Amino acid sequence: MKIKFFHIAPAVLLILAAACKKDNYDAPTSTLRGALLYKGDSIGVEYNQVPFNVFQPGYGKSGGAITGTFAPDGTYSILVFDGNYQFTMPKNQGPFLWKELTASARDTLKVGLQGSQTVNIEVTPYYMVRNQQLTVSGGKVVAAFDIEKVITDAALAKNIQTVVLYINKTKFVSGASNDNIASASVAGTALPADLKNISLNVTIPAISPTQNYVFARVGVRITGVEDMIFSPLKKLTF
Amino acid sequence: MKKIYILTLAALLFSGSCKNDDKFLTIEPTTILSNDVVFSDPILVTAVLGNLYNRIVDFTGLDNDWRSFVDFSEAFPSENAQYGIVQRTGWAFSEWQTWDYTYIRELNLFIERVNAAAALTAADKKQFVAEARFLRAHYYFELVKRMGGVPIVTTTLEYDFSGSVANLQKPRNKESEVYDFVIAECEAIKGSLAATSNQKTRASAGAALAMECRAALYAASIAKYGVNTPTVTLAGNEVGIPSSMANAYYTTSLKAAREIISGSAGTYKLYQALPNLSDNFAQLFLDKSNGNQEVIFVEDFKVGSGRTHNFTVNDQPFSQSEEGQDAGRLNPSLNLVQAYEKLDNTFAPIATKDGSGAFVYYTDPLDAFAGRDARLAGTVLLPNTFFKSKKLDIWAGYQLANGTVLTSGNASDQKPLPGTTTPVQVVGDDGPVNGLEFRTQTGFYIRKYLDPTEGSGRRGRQSDVWFVRYRFGEVLLNAAEASMELGDYVAASAYINQVRSRAGLTTPITLTAANGFDRIVHERRVELVFEGHTLFDMKRWRLAHQVWDGTRIATVADLTSNLAAANKRNTNPWGLWPYKYYDPGNPNNGKWIFKETIPSNATGASRFQLGNYYSQITDAVLGANPKIIRQPNQ
Repeated sequence: MKIKFFHIAPAVLLILAAACKKDNYDAPTSTLRGALLYKGDSIGVEYNQVPFNVFQPGYGKSGGAITGTFAPDGTYSILVFDGNYQFTMPKNQGPFLWKELTASARDTLKVGLQGSQTVNIEVTPYYMVRNQQLTVSGGKVVAAFDIEKVITDAALAKNIQTVVLYINKTKFVSGASNDNIASASVAGTALPADLKNISLNVTIPAISPTQNYVFARVGVRITGVEDMIFSPLKKLTF
Repeated sequence: MKKIYILTLAALLFSGSCKNDDKFLTIEPTTILSNDVVFSDPILVTAVLGNLYNRIVDFTGLDNDWRSFVDFSEAFPSENAQYGIVQRTGWAFSEWQTWDYTYIRELNLFIERVNAAAALTAADKKQFVAEARFLRAHYYFELVKRMGGVPIVTTTLEYDFSGSVANLQKPRNKESEVYDFVIAECEAIKGSLAATSNQKTRASAGAALAMECRAALYAASIAKYGVNTPTVTLAGNEVGIPSSMANAYYTTSLKAAREIISGSAGTYKLYQALPNLSDNFAQLFLDKSNGNQEVIFVEDFKVGSGRTHNFTVNDQPFSQSEEGQDAGRLNPSLNLVQAYEKLDNTFAPIATKDGSGAFVYYTDPLDAFAGRDARLAGTVLLPNTFFKSKKLDIWAGYQLANGTVLTSGNASDQKPLPGTTTPVQVVGDDGPVNGLEFRTQTGFYIRKYLDPTEGSGRRGRQSDVWFVRYRFGEVLLNAAEASMELGDYVAASAYINQVRSRAGLTTPITLTAANGFDRIVHERRVELVFEGHTLFDMKRWRLAHQVWDGTRIATVADLTSNLAAANKRNTNPWGLWPYKYYDPGNPNNGKWIFKETIPSNATGASRFQLGNYYSQITDAVLGANPKIIRQPNQ
């Protein structure tokens, strides 16, 4: 029998054209983004260490969360479908207080997402690094800064364990082993009582391959809190 | 006329059929055994029970992938695809999670069906039910270690087709309630199980008591040391145990341990069969005879039966591999090796340099490890030791007099020594070379569980060394710890010294309030390493976030200091590489030196976050049951 190509070709075309059209969802396009803020000042955290949860109620299910982590500068962003979401922080995460409703329920931030939206998260940190000045002199990074004790209520306030100046080759600067090339610290007990005019300096080690800049920021470790709070990052060229 | 015939025929047809439909359609299946059949014959019931035994969840297991042994900086993975284990900076919250309620349901079903079976004798029923309850308690213990408090379900739950599943949704029990359940189950079944040390592969009275002893100890230390991590708790105590319960749990643990030690559950004692104490310690895990009265409960294997494992295939020394390129994956770290004490009960790093900073020269590489705890050579294959009557060839190159090192990327890649022209081998057959997989990259191979039987390193045959889940040595250490925590330092010292003298540490130590905790933590590390205890011990003592704090051990001074402390940092594995000294005419020519080295692929530093203390409950579980509350810090 002779094979009739003019019959087969349209059939193949039909198969190719018909598949994969309506059986897939479009990928989500709405971005929910924002930053951790205290009265407009950004709160720095450690990369990949401070998680947040976004719940979408409904659909007969509860409990499952979209989980993400904050960037070092305290920003976050997730790509999701439009809908109603509730943003919250897991218990004991982050160097700040989060409002508790009851012993087992935490306050949530309701977000009705229609297209991309910026939602900043206003929180109350235990401490803030203020008036930070980072400079390079004589092969050293010198930091001068004040610390503001934000939470002073005796029941909630916590002491400073250590204050650390970290420097790194890249923008990822924290206490994690690969996130700093050098650091200098001062114990909380050695700080001046008014927490003003604190100074730290650290020698810049040899960097391979050579680069003429480092990134630096100051971190405050608070007694009994897992996550450190960081000052804004600064690029220092020398 | 014709019509009449047809009608008659049709009538006949209809009246004929539908007669004995029930009988006709009800045929006993020939490929499935019904419950009634299975639960009428003890041999068939044993087969079902065998399936339930096979599904025991272990943290590390010989058939559970060699990688289950490698984490926590106690070892380095020498396989190109697995360096991630030592390059990561921590663990996901989901790590170590388990939530297998299918297994629990099938155990409950088994118990109910055995109880309902009419054809089984009362003695058989008692035995089967006790074993199934043992397995159920075993899995609940595994659940509570990893997840904290979980719903305790002891009956099969059935859906009633009412449209609501609310009656099937159970909330989490308190963490202490799950431990109480495990302890109570062990107490209840111990009398129904064989009280003999010869029963090792099935539940025995000794196994039940050993589990009770360990579970009570875990609960006690969580109660006592939970204060160090106040945020790792939930308001309803689904996670966390009140500190007031600590002493009661320690007492329970000690009582269970004493029951085993007294011999009322069968004769158990430390394995002391060989004169060489290191060989004896290695043999403890290989000897499957009834003469091995240390081993209490195992997962057994048998060559030729289909139940074998490839631990030896994966981890045998490269130069003696029976499977070519398949070898040498599990390399114990220097962090572990240096933790073994000297025979005078003091801690010291392996001496590589003298007081003035010059190399220490050894005639035999083994001399560097001389005079130490016999368990070191029983757990780890050291450079230049025998395995299967052939010496290991571990050295990283020639150290030349001018300070440089002559080495190559492979033992087959030969180079001439200075002043000569004949190429010679400049690196050991067994490594170490950075990034050269299947040879050691730390300078050590594993000895624990490694099967010296001919052919056990072949993929076709594999090994049937059993995995020891509970053994008498651990029971003694549990007793020592419980006594110590209860303030009875005399008894605690007596228990720990039994274990130590078996390892050649014959000078007794005296536990005190000052050194007791550090000593117990250290003893469990060196005695029980690679037996699946490391993570759970560090978790229950709330030491995990201190030991794995994310700060890299960057210098030799960091590595070798503070060896006796319980919270000694252990974030990244180190190696100890031997070199041959080459300087003809020098008295040290041909002698050996050692250098502490971080394997180049070990770039990470483990950080144990507070959220790692209890593994994440999956969103699928949380979504399906709103009564389950989330873990703390997650």
